[in-house]
Amino acid sequence: MDDKTTNILVVGIGGLGVMTAAEILAEAAINQGYDVKKTEVAGMAQRGGVVSSHVRFGKKVLSPVITKGTADFLIGFEAAESLRWTPYLRPNGVALVNDMKIVPPVVSVGLYDYPTNPVDEIYKSGLSVTAFDAGAVANDLGNPKLVNTVMLGAVSDKLPFPAEVLKSCILDRFRAKKPKLVTLNDTAFETGRRIAAEKSGG
Amino acid sequence: MLENRLVNAPAGTRLLLSGNEATARAVWEAGTRVAAAYPGTPSTEILENLAPFPDIYTEWSVNEKVSLEVAIGASLAGSRSYCAMKHVGMNVASDALMTQTLAGVVGGLVISIADDVGFSSSQNEQDSRFWGRFGHLPILEPADSQETYEMTLAAFEISETYDTPVIVRMTTRICHVKAMVTVGKKIEKTAAGFKPDPARWVMVPGAAKRQLPKMLERDGKLKIASEQSPFNILEDGSDKRIGFITSGPAYMHVRESYPDMPLLKLGFTHPLPMEVIRKFSQQVEKIVVVEETEPLVEGELNGAKLSVPIHGKDILPATDELSPAVIKPAIDSLLGIKTEVVQVVETPAAPLFPRPPTMCSACPHLGVFYTLSRVRNIHISGDIGCYTLGAGQPWEALDTTISMGASMGIALGLDKGRGESDSNKAIVAVIGDSTFLHMGMQGLLDITYNRGNVTVLLLDNRAVGMTGGQENPGSGRDLQGDETPRVDFAKLVEALGVAPERVKTVDPYQLPELFKTIRQEVKIPEPSVIITDQPCVLIDHYIQKPAFTVVDDKCTGCGNCLDVGCPAILVTKRGKEVKPNGQEVDLAFVRIETAACTGCDLCPKTCAPDAIVPLPLPEKGCTTHG
Repeated sequence: MDDKTTNILVVGIGGLGVMTAAEILAEAAINQGYDVKKTEVAGMAQRGGVVSSHVRFGKKVLSPVITKGTADFLIGFEAAESLRWTPYLRPNGVALVNDMKIVPPVVSVGLYDYPTNPVDEIYKSGLSVTAFDAGAVANDLGNPKLVNTVMLGAVSDKLPFPAEVLKSCILDRFRAKKPKLVTLNDTAFETGRRIAAEKSGG
Repeated sequence: MLENRLVNAPAGTRLLLSGNEATARAVWEAGTRVAAAYPGTPSTEILENLAPFPDIYTEWSVNEKVSLEVAIGASLAGSRSYCAMKHVGMNVASDALMTQTLAGVVGGLVISIADDVGFSSSQNEQDSRFWGRFGHLPILEPADSQETYEMTLAAFEISETYDTPVIVRMTTRICHVKAMVTVGKKIEKTAAGFKPDPARWVMVPGAAKRQLPKMLERDGKLKIASEQSPFNILEDGSDKRIGFITSGPAYMHVRESYPDMPLLKLGFTHPLPMEVIRKFSQQVEKIVVVEETEPLVEGELNGAKLSVPIHGKDILPATDELSPAVIKPAIDSLLGIKTEVVQVVETPAAPLFPRPPTMCSACPHLGVFYTLSRVRNIHISGDIGCYTLGAGQPWEALDTTISMGASMGIALGLDKGRGESDSNKAIVAVIGDSTFLHMGMQGLLDITYNRGNVTVLLLDNRAVGMTGGQENPGSGRDLQGDETPRVDFAKLVEALGVAPERVKTVDPYQLPELFKTIRQEVKIPEPSVIITDQPCVLIDHYIQKPAFTVVDDKCTGCGNCLDVGCPAILVTKRGKEVKPNGQEVDLAFVRIETAACTGCDLCPKTCAPDAIVPLPLPEKGCTTHG
C-alpha cells in the first residue's frame, strides 16, 4: 500500500442513493485494509437539497474533508450537481456522471435556469468524463433504484482495488437484506461496468 | 430481524462508525440504564442507534429540558444516565443543568451536545464549550469516531469520580463522519437506588449556597484531572516555528496540513491544562490556536501571560467549519510563505442555480402554504420544522422564525405591539405538532390567558419531519415504535383555553375548505386553532395513490399549479400572452413527473381548465417498486 490517499467525491441530491454509494465504497476500501473516513453534508437532504459525500482512504487518513482540486474521482448522480462539484476534481481526476436531470422548484417557478447540457460543460473543462443516463439503464433493467449499482459498476474498473471487491460489497448487502435482488444487482453492476468500458474505449 | 452490527459486534471488532453510532455503543458499554433525547440535527442518530440495544431504557422526550431532567432523575436513582441534544437544545435544557451542576450526581451523568458548525440544519451556530465555563463542568472534545467512543466511556468515570455532569462536545463533522472504531465489552452496572438527601437534592437557597463551595473545590480537582488527562496529547515536531494548540475535528485538518510542527491536541478542554500548555509554549516560537468556532481556548491563553505570541482568530475565521483549505493560507501567510496553489478546474458555465431544500411532493404543508400565500392582510409568525421552508419560493408565506415554539409568543407580541400600519392585519402563527408539544403549548396558553388575537395553524403531520420522521406524542408511537397514548390536539388546545367553537380540524388537501376556514378565523378577534390533520408523506403510514398527469391540449400555461411548490410539477415550455386589456403575462406550461407524483390530488384543485387528470393506469400494473 502506498502512502497516497484516494479521494472520492459522490454528489447528487437527497433520495438518489449518494450516501449508500459512498458507504459501499468505504466498505470496499476497508476490506482492502485501508484506513477510511467518510463524511457528508446533508442536513436537510431529505428535502431535495444538495448532498455531497466524501470518501477518503489510504494508509492513514486524517481530515475527512476533500478540498477543491483534490478529488481523484467525482461520481455524480445528477447532471447539474456533477457540474457544480467539478472544481473539486484534480486536473487528472476521473468524472463519472449520471446524465439525468432533476429540475428543482426554483427553476420551475422561473427564478433560475437549468443549464441546457451540464455534461457538455464538464467536457469543455477538458476533464476525463464518462457520462451516460444511468437512470434510463436502471429503468431498462426494471427498477429505478438500481441506478446506484449501475454507477458503482461504471466506476469499478478505475478504482485502486479490483472491481470484484466493490461488487461483492454490494451483493453482500443485498444477500443480507433483500436476497431476491442479488442477481439483478449483479447484472446492473456489470451493465454499468460494460457501458463505462465502451465509453472510455470509444 | 436483520443483524444489527453495532449492537451485536463482539469486543475487539473494528467497525466503520459515525460519531453518533460510536457514542451509542459507548453509552451502552458504559452500563447506562437510562438515555433520553429530543431529535435535532446533527445529534438525532445517537438515540436512534441506542434504542435497539438491550438492557437500556431509551426515550424520545418532548423537549431537551425534559430529556435532561429524565437523565438527572435516573442518575439520582443511582443509574448511569445519558442525554443527547443539538447545540440549541441546551438553551432549553440549561435551566436544569445550571443547578444540577451544584447538586452533583449519583450515577454517572453524561450529556452529548452536537454543535451544527457550518449550519447544515440550524437557526444559529453556537459554541457549546461555553457551558463548561458557565456551569463549572468538564468538557471533552473528540476529534474522530474512535475518540468519541473512548471519551464518552471515560465521561461516565469522570462524572462519578468528580460528582459532576460531563459534556461531550461534538460537531457535525464528528457526528456524521464515519471512521474506524474498535468496540469493547459492556460494563455491568446496577442502580444504587435513590437515597433521599435534601441537602443536595432540594435546591432551596440555603442548600444551594452550601453546595457552591463544593463546586468551586471541584473546579480545582478537575484542573488537576485535565493536567493529567490522557486526552491531552503532546505531539512533537521538528519545525518549531509554530506550535499548534487544537481540539475537535480541527486537529485533523491541522495535522494533515502541517505534519512536522509540534502540536498539543486537547481532548479535555475544560478546565484547560494550563501547566501542560505552558511547558509546550516554551518549546515553540509562537502558538496558533485552531478551534471551532469561538476563541475560547485562545481567550484563556491570552490571560495566562505566556512568553510567546499567541495567534488564533486574528488569522482564522470565528464562524463556519475549518478545513485544510481554510487553515493553510492563513498559517502560510503567518509563516511568510506562499501557499502552494492547488490547480482547480473551473467550468466555463455561468453560476449554477441554487438547490435549496424543498418540501416533498404531496407534502401536506404544500396546501397550507399555497393557501396562506393567497390570504391577504396577515402577518405570519413561523416556527422550526419543515414548514419553515414556507418562507421560501414560491409561497413566501412565513414572516418570522427564531426558536422552537417561538411562533406563539411572537404572534402575541405582534398582536399586542401592533402599530398604526398593522391595524387591519390579522396575526397568524404556524407551528408543527412536535414543535407545539416541545415548546409551543406554553405560548398558546399565554395567548389565551392574555386574550390575544391570534389564529394558530397547528400542522399535525404526526412526525418530527425535518429530522427524518421521528415519533412524538402526536404520532402515538414511542422511540421503539410501540403504541403509546396519542395526544388529542383538539382537546389539548381546548384545555389550554381556546373556545371549543374556535378549534377547527381541516384536511389540508381540501383547499377551498382550508381557505374558507382561515379567512373566517382571522376575522374573529379571539384565539383560534386550525388543526391540519394529514400525515407526513415520508412516514410509513402514508398511503400513495396513482399519479396525475397534464393534458397538454388543456393546459393554458397559467402557472397556478406551480404556486403549490410541488417538486413533481415541472415546466415544459415558457411563453408570453397579451391579455385583452393589453397586459402582458408570463405563461408556463407544465408536466407532472410520474415517478415523483403520489396522487395527493392537490394541484388539480388549482387548475381552472381541469388539465390535471389521473394518469391512465398501465394495463400490466405498476413496476416502479422493487
